[in-house]
Amino acid sequence: MASAKLCQKCAGLLWGRMALVSLSASDSLLSARAAAVRTHTQSWSFTAFRLSHSASPGPPAAERRLTESSLLPYDSPGSNCTATERPSPDSPSLFEDLDRAPPLSPFEEISDDEAVQIVATPPLPPASTSLRDYVSQSETLTKLVQLGVDLWKLEQRRNVGSMLLRLDFQEDIQGRLLFLKDVGLQDSQLGPLITHNPFILTESLENLQARVSYLKSKRFSSEAVCRMVSKAPYLLNFSIQRLDNRLGFFQRHLGLSPLKTRDIVTRLPRLLCGSLEPVKENLKVFELELGFRPNEIQHIATRIPKVLTANKKRLTETFDYVHNTMGVPHSLIAKFPQVLNVRLLRIRERHQFLQYLGKAQYDPAQSGYVSLDRLVSLPDAVFCDEVASATLEDFEQFQKTL
Amino acid sequence: MGTPAGRLYRRLEGLFAVYKPPGVHWKLVRDTVETNLLKGINSAAPPAPQLQVQFLPESTESSSGSTELKLTATCLPALAEHPRVTGPRFRKLRVGVGHRLDAFSSGLLVLAVGQGNKLLTDLYNSHVTRDYTVEGEFGMATDDFSNTGRLIERTTYDHITQDKLERVLAMIQGANQKALLAYSNVDMSSQEAYELAAKGSLYPQGKSPPIVTGLRCLHFEPPHFSLEIQCLHETQRFLCRLVHEVGLELRSTSVCTGVRRTRDGPFTLQMALTRNHWTLLDIVQAVQQSRSAWRQSTSRAFLPQDTRSRGGEQERHGVDEGARVAVSD
Repeated sequence: MASAKLCQKCAGLLWGRMALVSLSASDSLLSARAAAVRTHTQSWSFTAFRLSHSASPGPPAAERRLTESSLLPYDSPGSNCTATERPSPDSPSLFEDLDRAPPLSPFEEISDDEAVQIVATPPLPPASTSLRDYVSQSETLTKLVQLGVDLWKLEQRRNVGSMLLRLDFQEDIQGRLLFLKDVGLQDSQLGPLITHNPFILTESLENLQARVSYLKSKRFSSEAVCRMVSKAPYLLNFSIQRLDNRLGFFQRHLGLSPLKTRDIVTRLPRLLCGSLEPVKENLKVFELELGFRPNEIQHIATRIPKVLTANKKRLTETFDYVHNTMGVPHSLIAKFPQVLNVRLLRIRERHQFLQYLGKAQYDPAQSGYVSLDRLVSLPDAVFCDEVASATLEDFEQFQKTL
Repeated sequence: MGTPAGRLYRRLEGLFAVYKPPGVHWKLVRDTVETNLLKGINSAAPPAPQLQVQFLPESTESSSGSTELKLTATCLPALAEHPRVTGPRFRKLRVGVGHRLDAFSSGLLVLAVGQGNKLLTDLYNSHVTRDYTVEGEFGMATDDFSNTGRLIERTTYDHITQDKLERVLAMIQGANQKALLAYSNVDMSSQEAYELAAKGSLYPQGKSPPIVTGLRCLHFEPPHFSLEIQCLHETQRFLCRLVHEVGLELRSTSVCTGVRRTRDGPFTLQMALTRNHWTLLDIVQAVQQSRSAWRQSTSRAFLPQDTRSRGGEQERHGVDEGARVAVSD
């Protein structure tokens, strides 16, 4: 017994515990089952005395291969957990469970088969700034990389790396991935979603399901919910109350019908995620500073919801140029709201080019009318060809004279 | 540097010129160019994945019926070298800016990548001249001398004629010529001074206030007029103030409505890249062109260059600057 305890300490407990204390400060339970399973399958593996699985980056890939083979030499009938079963964190700690069969002593003779099964992986660093050191030995990280998650982006965020290491693929991640697939996301969309929002893996499944059912109760179709979740990765982390608040705000302040509100929110779901203060400010800017009528504001918001979260200064500068310098009235701007979404530089260059050619005519009543959406939305080559009747080189030469 | 990305980076190191549009901060231009270059260079073919030898167990059925465990050595790519784990190979490029342009001005901006930044210092120390086209408007005076500032006074300008303007410009150029002689640290009564002045290679040694070496009127249609200015050690604010002083000399006032840099040392507008061409391939081409142009300029060091400046003095002045700039690539 004493020798068993001694060999535990010298074989791996010391470094094992110290190694992972930085990763899982709170979870210091040592699962007897985990230790027993490992001692029975790999004698002197450095991974023998790891902490419980959900707290540790064990070498499950290699282990799983070994344990799933039917050649376990010491699959003692006493251990009532199968090799692949996850040991529960509630099992008694190693020090309390003294009735277990003692682990093998380092001096015992072992057969060649067992010797072959020893996996001597290099020790994991106790703390690291990168997930590269842990990825080959952590099942969670390996599976995430296979899914398409950009670990290099996530490790730059504070605490996210440690959080991912603490997660367990079977318990935590798999359930949520299946839930997301039920919502309708494709396999290729799961990786980018987790890259943008890793905290979806720590949100409780009941909450996630409740939020999706809330959205469906508000008569969003399944495809709409799927689109919203993929375009706004943080959407399902917000409480039902907050989503409700936001939907109510957009319906009240924009004065739109429920169908149109649903349409706006489906096309730009990050409206539900961000703060409402900039939106309120932008609505006031439209009404008071820019001088649009309420029905024009509704039309603009329905066509281009992005202007609701646009930068106020840029919006006013663009409007100032289009209305005062180019001489376009409010009604035309409301008819082509894309103009407010485009970089001022682009509008300015193209307008000055047309002015130089004598083709800057924005009044639909007169001949040679250039509509605002053709002015801003066409790519450069098509614009030069069709609207300005010039070549791209001419446009570039003109840009160098501005 | 045996990888495709490394070879591409070597071809990228050097100087090139971009056209900065008005109303945009120079830092935004630099950041945009850096982002585009990083995108291009990271999309180059990645190096072959590093293989790791792993011993994987295999169970084989031997003839006697008992199963044996064997370890086979296999080469598998290491997961730690997967691009999703390591990230992009290039995360930052050293893109430096030559003589800066403020947000109000537009025109040529010389940028350098990597080792080319050392050439920027040489360019700075060689006291190259720069060409500007400055547009002004009579009748107004503002606090920052440009038409976007706060209006201070309005004046009449009917009395201004072109020859009055030319006379004022000649006077300003004369004063600047004296300053040029003074800052060139050469004793005016010596033979050396005469020879340098005859060749036109007098220029200030070290730091000096802004000096205008060439000044002429391009276009005069009251109240609008435009000037072509060749200067060194200038800032754009100095040029706006120059326009203001021209107005004051003419017993009126004027503001600057546009400043456009058309030449910076050996770089001309023809070589400048517009916004659509701020991509990796175009910049590599521009760098190659500027390298070959410099090789030519050092080999023809004392022949007059065909700049659009006026007078033989300025031309040779420009050539000497080109010769003095160290060429290394």
